[in-house]
Amino acid sequence: MIAQVRILPEPTDEAAQPRRLGEAGDYLCARNVSIAYAGRGDGIILAIDRVNLTVRRGEFTCLLGPSGCGKTTFLNAVAGFLPISSGELTLHDQPIRRPGPDRAMVFQQPGLLPWRDVLHNVTYGLEMSGRLQGRAAAERAAALLKLVGLADFAKSYPHQLSGGMQQRVNLARALAVEPELLLLDEPFASVDAQTRETLQVELLAICKRAEVTALFVTHDISEAVFLADRVCVFSRRPGRIVREMRIRLPEPRPQARLKPDFLDYVRELSAILGSAAAAQPS
Amino acid sequence: MATIVLLDDAGAPVRQTSGLGVQLGQRTERVLYGSIFILALFIVWEAVTLFGVEPPIVLPSPQGVIAAFTTLFSSPDLWDDFAASGQELLYGFALATVVGITAGLLIGWYPRLGYFFDPFLNFLYAVPRVAIGPLLVVWLGIGLSSKVALVFLIAVFPVLVNTSSGIRSIDPNLVRVARCFGATDLKIFRTIALPASVPFILGGLRLAVGQSLIGVFVAELLGAQYGIGALIENAGEQFQTAVVFAGLLIFAIAGMVLTAIVRGLERRFDAWRI
Repeated sequence: MIAQVRILPEPTDEAAQPRRLGEAGDYLCARNVSIAYAGRGDGIILAIDRVNLTVRRGEFTCLLGPSGCGKTTFLNAVAGFLPISSGELTLHDQPIRRPGPDRAMVFQQPGLLPWRDVLHNVTYGLEMSGRLQGRAAAERAAALLKLVGLADFAKSYPHQLSGGMQQRVNLARALAVEPELLLLDEPFASVDAQTRETLQVELLAICKRAEVTALFVTHDISEAVFLADRVCVFSRRPGRIVREMRIRLPEPRPQARLKPDFLDYVRELSAILGSAAAAQPS
Repeated sequence: MATIVLLDDAGAPVRQTSGLGVQLGQRTERVLYGSIFILALFIVWEAVTLFGVEPPIVLPSPQGVIAAFTTLFSSPDLWDDFAASGQELLYGFALATVVGITAGLLIGWYPRLGYFFDPFLNFLYAVPRVAIGPLLVVWLGIGLSSKVALVFLIAVFPVLVNTSSGIRSIDPNLVRVARCFGATDLKIFRTIALPASVPFILGGLRLAVGQSLIGVFVAELLGAQYGIGALIENAGEQFQTAVVFAGLLIFAIAGMVLTAIVRGLERRFDAWRI
């Protein structure tokens, strides 16, 4: 599998140059990470091509790209679900090999257990990771439900909640294990536009309060600009980071959406995305 | 059972309106229509026998059947019949439940075990299982054990097949979430696979109830001193048609009561399946 992936010399572009491993402040570090997997029938599909990325603690990074570009594959590798084919992928200078309690993932599907009430869905991650059981878990879960604004629904069942509320439970469940790194895979893609904006605002506030580092995958440009400290734009498959952009918007963010700066970022990113898509015909 | 309240995003209950103009519950409506048909059937039956279209030996009147019931219940033999059939049903069904659920869970959870047993199970499933009855009599004799074995063999399949397909159809998203939290296989089995397959298991049990009654009847046809099936068989041979009817009713009532019990259990687990 790996033999197919030729390791090219480091890119000359200064900005894309990864920092040295172990440099102070670096937390998650990807160096020339490629991910290939066996395709259906013949050949190998290269999903991720020599991605370089460093994330500092507390940073909110968005991976932006067209659907099918491999950004989710990259996220799965960070989560420890997928082995990388070449390069280095480290967290705290330790190579990532398997899922760990320091990372929690929020998927697009809420993935709640229908036979557990909301409170016990939030305790689920704690039970599975063996961190907390029983009362202690329930107390932690109750606190998190308060954080996501669902304190009154602790005893409800998932099917009684709207999509947006289910996604909040999903978020609370991920936060309950107190991850250092929160991995979000288009978590708001299947909720309606208004709920999505509310959830984005809440997510930012929660991440700030819980002091988590976030890696957020999306194909929605304005979502990326609104949430991120930094946006990494992926090309079409095989996915490469074609551009990293630091987003500097005034705090608090909720008011930022209508500022000209915000629209400039959106415009610039959509231009990059457009050329990235055009560069590699699929 | 908990009442279900739908909530919109603001948390206010969503009002549900019935499709019918009349505020008649769906349940009431169902009971009403069902009763009308049964009642009509009785009237036709009564009329046919009243005008003597058929002699009582072919079609006994409702009164004749009731009379047969009273005679049966006043004789001590009936209780032996109940005891015999009840035992066969209970043991066979209990064995089918235990073995069916256990084997179904294992076969559903370990794919290789499925590959191993599937051809044999398919073979057994394809044989009309009542046809195994005579063989069981040869092997186990004419007593209780061959009858329990037949009930078991007939009833175990719906339980086993349903349970294993329940395990196989668990939501991969849930498993992914659990793995993400570092769950072990055992924990995934206990917290996802098992609860997810409960409705399937109960569905299998409901089917198994009807199947075990067939098993009881067929087993007693193959030779039995006591039992409701034997009662029907003997009465038929002696053209006591009213008694045959009474026996059939006993079977029907037993089946309905047992099914209602399983349905009740199913409804308890239904709340989250919407």
